[in-house]
Amino acid sequence: MRQVCIVSGGMTKFAKANLNTQESMCKDALDYALHDLDGRLELKQIDSSICSYFSDHFESQLLFDSLTQDYLALCPKPSMRIEGGGATGGLGIRAGYMNVASGLSDLCLVYGFEKMSEVNTAKGNEFIALASDTDFDYPVGGYYSGYYATMAMRHMHEFGTTLEQFAEIAVKNYENAFHNRWAQKHERWTAEGVLKAKLISTPLTLPMVCVMSDGAACLVLCTEEWAKKLRPDRKYAVLTGLGCGTDTMRLGDRPHGDVIPLPGENPTKYAHLKGRWPGLHSFRGAREAARQAYLMAGITDPLRQLDFAEVHDAYASSELQTYEDLGLCMYGDGGKWVEQKGPYIGGQVPVNPSGGLIACGHPVGATGIMQGVFALWQLQNTTADHCSDTNLGSDGSKIQVEGARRGLIHSHAGTGTYITVNILETPDGGAK
Amino acid sequence: MTHVYNVKPLQVGRHYEIDSIHSYGEVSDFFLGLQQRKIMATRCTKCGATWLPPRRDCGKCGAKTDWFEAPQEGTVHTFSVLHFAAEAFLKEIPFVLAYVALPGIDTVFITRIKECRPEDVYIGMPVRARFRRLVDWTPNDVWFVPA
Repeated sequence: MRQVCIVSGGMTKFAKANLNTQESMCKDALDYALHDLDGRLELKQIDSSICSYFSDHFESQLLFDSLTQDYLALCPKPSMRIEGGGATGGLGIRAGYMNVASGLSDLCLVYGFEKMSEVNTAKGNEFIALASDTDFDYPVGGYYSGYYATMAMRHMHEFGTTLEQFAEIAVKNYENAFHNRWAQKHERWTAEGVLKAKLISTPLTLPMVCVMSDGAACLVLCTEEWAKKLRPDRKYAVLTGLGCGTDTMRLGDRPHGDVIPLPGENPTKYAHLKGRWPGLHSFRGAREAARQAYLMAGITDPLRQLDFAEVHDAYASSELQTYEDLGLCMYGDGGKWVEQKGPYIGGQVPVNPSGGLIACGHPVGATGIMQGVFALWQLQNTTADHCSDTNLGSDGSKIQVEGARRGLIHSHAGTGTYITVNILETPDGGAK
Repeated sequence: MTHVYNVKPLQVGRHYEIDSIHSYGEVSDFFLGLQQRKIMATRCTKCGATWLPPRRDCGKCGAKTDWFEAPQEGTVHTFSVLHFAAEAFLKEIPFVLAYVALPGIDTVFITRIKECRPEDVYIGMPVRARFRRLVDWTPNDVWFVPA
């Protein structure tokens, strides 16, 4: 397989409502990515594309990928739509990697979008709930904030995780997003404020839940040869590890078995969890995706070998659960790791320096690609250039992880039904 | 008549509605069983895994399953009190969404907990099934109450 690099990225500012059409949002993201290459890449040189969007219901247009391919002036080149719920963007990057690594394409545009603002929030939640089992889960009143809340409750029961620990994650992500001009929310919260806010589904309050959003994002994937041409300063990223895990559609069908060890781990470290995992408190798909990605990238000590992670924090609680699946801390220690400031900028592995979904927004098809854009800027050491906005008081240098050389992006669907973990590195390799 | 919400950009109302004829297929006996106040589950003929909701084909090993009647008393495995919901369920909030563990069943079963104050529900709470008399052929034909 050929090495696959990421040379540029772009996005629209995620917003509650963007009244431009989806196709023009995609064009704005693409224009940003091309502009960032200072004219070294022409549109006509892109030889394939991957389009990622989640919901035909939200878009009220089938085959939207043909509409965008057309609008972006990419016809008659090869293209393909990828859809996998919340992990749509992460799967899109995986598909782009396949295009380039296989030799089918040298320069692949991976782009995604979602427009969620054309229906009210309750109807939007209904559309998303249709991505759970519509024979058994949805008809009893199930929807995603509810499913995740039951998982949070079980995590608290299993491990003694506290509401305050969940709340601190939300506070951290809002604080980071304050210095990211692309984020939908520029708000500052205290843990007390988070806990006193409107209850959505016990124990989750409104600021612990990501918001509906309109937006688009894109990445340009290419061969090493092209990367050297397009970024003579070597400010590009290399995709060195890819993983994809899955789990049962119905949360209640998850097994109670044994933990999957990560590369280099002795399974006996999980002996106390025998017959309890993943249950309803952990994400087997995330663990499996991390295992594959770490194996491919040669990661045996994620705390030492990762400089940052952009994870799919649709809920503050699921960010905490994900720390454990990714091996950033032991199962059950997610709350303690927050208290030790592990996921903060300046901590062991800053998680969501961008502000994550909670603060940036979650226009589903764009989200996983947005993570790639932020990861690229981290590795380029360019968050100050891309994320600052004096009018908003955003200082992008404050979310730059100093000397970042290897990062992880984690994209997540359903109640953990599809999960991707992708590892990006500077061309000179990772390790702190 | 089309409702205009804004002029520039022009924003107009659109209507979208669907009625369909849906088949429960090979798990029909679960819904038919509720009418007889039975919770029907399946057990794998090869590995013995038990499934509720039922599956015709085992989700662990792929072998065929047999039907059996599940117990109607168990405990709350986890739950949440919903104060917001999908549009279709907004009129019902607050309500308790729960996963119930039943003895001899490997999965946990999604259901509502009713006939108690939401704040009185706890993980481990003993519960028993109740059934709707006039069924509507959905999983809402069964729910659980404190035992």
